[in-house]
Amino acid sequence: MAQSKRVEHVSTSTENTGANRIAGKGRLSPAKTVSFTFDGKTLTALEGDTLASALLAHGIHLVGRSFKYHRPRGILAAGPEEPNALIDISRDSARRQPNVRATVQTVYDGMIAKSQNRFPSLSFDVGVANDYLGRFIPAGFYYKTFMWPRKAWDKLYEPVIRSAAGLGIAPKEADPDHYASRFAHCDVLVVGSGAAGLTAASIAAKSGKNVIFVDENASFGGSLLSDSTSRIDGQSGQDWAKNKVTELAAMDNVTLLSRTTAFGYQSHNMVNLVEQITDHLAQPGSNLPRERMWQVRAKKVILATGAIERHLVFADNDRPGIMLASAAQTYLNQYGVTPGRSIGVYTACDSAWHAAFDLKKAGVSIVALIDCRETVNQDLINQANELGIKTMVNHAVTSTSGRLRINSMTVQPVNGENKTVIAVDCLLMSGGWTPSVHLFSQSRGRVKFDAERGIFLPDVYMEECTSVGSCNGTYDLSDAIAEAATATETALGDIGAKARKAKLPKVEDSPSMHGFLIGAAKGAGPDDFVKAFIDFQNDVTAKDIRLAVREGFQSIEHVKRYTTTGMATDQGKMSNMHGLAIAAETLDKPIPEVGLTTFRAPYTPVTFGAFVGHAKGDLFDVTRTTPMHEWAVDQGAVFEDVGNWKRAWYFPQAGEDMHAAVARECKQTREAAGIFDASTLGKIEVVGPDAVKFMNLMYTNPWDKLAVGRCRYGIMCREDGFIYDDGVVGRLSEERFHVTTTTGGAPRVLNMMEDYLQTEFPEWKVWLTSTSEQWAVIGVQGPKAREIIEPLVEGIDLSSEGLPHMSVREGKICGVPTRLFRMSFTGETGFEINVHGDYGRSVWEAVWKRGAPLGMVPYGTEAMHVMRAEKGYIIVGQDTDGTVTPHDAAVDWAIGKKKTDFVGIRGLKRKDLVAEGRRQLVGLKTRQPDYVIEEGAQIVEDPNHPVPVPMIGFVTSSYWSESLGHSIAMGVIDNGHKRMGETVYVPMKDEVIAAEICSPVFYDPEGGRVNA
Amino acid sequence: MLLIHCPYCEEERPELEFAGAGEAHIERPKNMADISDEDFEKFFFIRENQKGLVYERWRHIHGCGRFFNAVRHSVSDKFIKTYKAGEKKPKLTKAEIEAVLPPAKNTPANEPVYTDGAKQKG
Repeated sequence: MAQSKRVEHVSTSTENTGANRIAGKGRLSPAKTVSFTFDGKTLTALEGDTLASALLAHGIHLVGRSFKYHRPRGILAAGPEEPNALIDISRDSARRQPNVRATVQTVYDGMIAKSQNRFPSLSFDVGVANDYLGRFIPAGFYYKTFMWPRKAWDKLYEPVIRSAAGLGIAPKEADPDHYASRFAHCDVLVVGSGAAGLTAASIAAKSGKNVIFVDENASFGGSLLSDSTSRIDGQSGQDWAKNKVTELAAMDNVTLLSRTTAFGYQSHNMVNLVEQITDHLAQPGSNLPRERMWQVRAKKVILATGAIERHLVFADNDRPGIMLASAAQTYLNQYGVTPGRSIGVYTACDSAWHAAFDLKKAGVSIVALIDCRETVNQDLINQANELGIKTMVNHAVTSTSGRLRINSMTVQPVNGENKTVIAVDCLLMSGGWTPSVHLFSQSRGRVKFDAERGIFLPDVYMEECTSVGSCNGTYDLSDAIAEAATATETALGDIGAKARKAKLPKVEDSPSMHGFLIGAAKGAGPDDFVKAFIDFQNDVTAKDIRLAVREGFQSIEHVKRYTTTGMATDQGKMSNMHGLAIAAETLDKPIPEVGLTTFRAPYTPVTFGAFVGHAKGDLFDVTRTTPMHEWAVDQGAVFEDVGNWKRAWYFPQAGEDMHAAVARECKQTREAAGIFDASTLGKIEVVGPDAVKFMNLMYTNPWDKLAVGRCRYGIMCREDGFIYDDGVVGRLSEERFHVTTTTGGAPRVLNMMEDYLQTEFPEWKVWLTSTSEQWAVIGVQGPKAREIIEPLVEGIDLSSEGLPHMSVREGKICGVPTRLFRMSFTGETGFEINVHGDYGRSVWEAVWKRGAPLGMVPYGTEAMHVMRAEKGYIIVGQDTDGTVTPHDAAVDWAIGKKKTDFVGIRGLKRKDLVAEGRRQLVGLKTRQPDYVIEEGAQIVEDPNHPVPVPMIGFVTSSYWSESLGHSIAMGVIDNGHKRMGETVYVPMKDEVIAAEICSPVFYDPEGGRVNA
Repeated sequence: MLLIHCPYCEEERPELEFAGAGEAHIERPKNMADISDEDFEKFFFIRENQKGLVYERWRHIHGCGRFFNAVRHSVSDKFIKTYKAGEKKPKLTKAEIEAVLPPAKNTPANEPVYTDGAKQKG
């Protein structure tokens, strides 16, 4: 069908770009055409068309179904404020974006456009039943209706509501495009390129300062591009704009960015821009990013963001074919497209009269021009009469008809009841203009209300910015240019630039934007039972606002959230003022007392890709690997993430699962030896004459008597007395300590040390250096550890007497310098060989070559966890959680009892911390020896206690111990230390596990092995 | 994103380079072990956290690594000044305070009306 139609078109014209093209109008060249599909149908457009202008050219208004009622909806606007025409745009299956506004999407050859939120098709949608049920779906409907039964929410209500309401469908495939990001600095950032913006940019540029000039549209010129009458210095608005842009483009100090939206205004004059680079290209080069995120820090920001036209709130104001008057003017003057052939106009503002004049002059029939104001400027009426346009002043459109497109409007006198039905195929409307104060408001400036004109205007500025032109309420073209010139000269003066007083151009015949209506128009009052839409995208009507106020919502922020007005992706660009006016009227309060809702970034929707930029895949986050990482990869290790580190978790051999591998690694380490990569441990070198004083402050332990060459297990608390970190510390000389921290704790420990050193004890002579990555650490543990490394070590006596447990020596291994620690996190005789990171792999391999024939195995973090738990060694962050004191963890032996100060000394004396019965760390032995409890499981005293059962603690660590032949666990239990031997219970889903409280030291409690 | 002047580097740098470090001018008692419960509460738990002028600590963590102090208005986010750790709370002039106050005039009714934190303090 589509095929045959296309053939028919080709036979009549090779370039059928739509029946509604008006020859000689617009700035697009009729010679350049592109083709695209809309809902499967192939259409031809002119190069430079937006999707909206291309569809309108073909007479297509119906482009979507509404969010809640599934009402047919058409194209309403011609710019970024569009609430209705949200389209799914794709190049291919992966490059697909839902909810694209048809009014800003440039058509390219091969573009695939699809309508959204309709089932089964755009012209027949079953969801429209909601429309007839509309009286039963008032504001707050979901809150009121789907409360009960609670269980039905997850399974029934929510899925149904979600599938019926909603817009496009998010793409499932990975985005193949790439995105760029850039930081930039400039003296002046000018946002918006209408007459005011162009004037500001031009003056700023001529001062020699660095200028960034952005506009969200494809072309610079703003409303000048749609203005057919104004003359500036004798030129048309378009020519004047073009000449200005050409001039700016030639200047080195100016960066011109079109298709670039300033969407966020952050503190200290940082403005976020998103630049669209390829979305309008048929075949973008693969080297091009799709979008670029700019973060611009500007000394001065000049906001020339213009104003947005509002619709009028009357019954059935949402039929396809009803659109903003300024949009029609844009389609005609920029794209050479008329939205209809017999058009009605309904307005409260002069600007729509000019739109009607333009269309009429282009040969389009204006059936009637209805203005709801009592009187209208006689010049406009005269002009209308001259053009033969029927005018109906002090009249209102009170309803419309037409199922998928408007076919008639009903007109009544504002103060009368006489109804006249007039056939139309398009209705243009204007409720006046709303200055775009979004960025100003985001900059935390305060607005004031101008009741005379019904607009909020920038009043008090918080950032270094200034508003010019219609966003500042200066609608008159000549005034806007003058204001922009003055404001820019002042701004330049503020940043020390010399600006010559600019000569202002002569402006003639510019259209008037006088007149407005905010709130409901005739026929949509409190007593009228009609659907008069305020917010098209969220389907909010005038009566919804009134209902919300009647139900007690007084603040506009609450009315907004209850009715969802202004909460759609368009953020209520057209609707906010209407909603506010109706709420104010219902509350019987003046508008400024009801208040304006807060504007938030982004001004228009921004893709996730633009935010993510380069930070995806391998660049998403830093990956830290140790010098021995590749060796473990070669051995087939399975890795786990610990912070940003990749750590070897276990080393499975053929046919082994994790359980078998870990059991073998533990057994073999305890029987022969194991080699372990401990390089990720945090390491800090603490050096200086006051180093020992400093260690005394930072750790609970006493350090004065620690001999050079000896090590100590240190505990670090916060001032509140809770354990913060732990680690083994070696003393290398009177003034030098080698401190180790937990793998994840290194940065915060160093930060805390620096904090005390810099701000509390700046006079102490101590230097702190992070050495985590400088040292590779090779743990060799097990009864054969000494035998394995002995031949490789020079200058260190490795015997139990020469190098007892918890000592450190400097010497050489494999010919390179080492700090060799005798220490153990397994309970076996153990060494930790620290060598320069660059030697890590070769020393590791030398040790491996020695150890492998003697039965040594590599073990991963899981076996390390099991073996340390067998010995009752805690892991800070696993067995402690920020509420555990050294006493609770049974490591209070590490507190220097005679010390007069350390971080946490006072906190530890707090009443609650010294109280009896605190939750304390203990061992747990399951009654059923092979049952491994789940970590995190809750512990109760009496499993038969009626619900809720009081919880007395929880399991922190739990493993299968191959060496002991039963499971082991640790947990924190109320008053645990005094409950040795008692039985507690762990209720699981299907059973209750009984466990006995015991010492957490399960393996070799006498410590004979570790000292061997 | 804030722009912060590091008093050590003597440069304005983006907030990305810094880490906040809480309220400034809370000195650790010299006789830490012996202070009363009330004094410990004041030292460790109680913070001004006020809407208005705040004295706060920052660390130029991705720069020189130094801790320093700043006076900022917590609503407008504007800094009056930054100064080195250990220096006394600076005396602020009326003009300096006024320059960082958020606008209060013509505030829509439902917006909070901001007050000058310095005045609140007396």
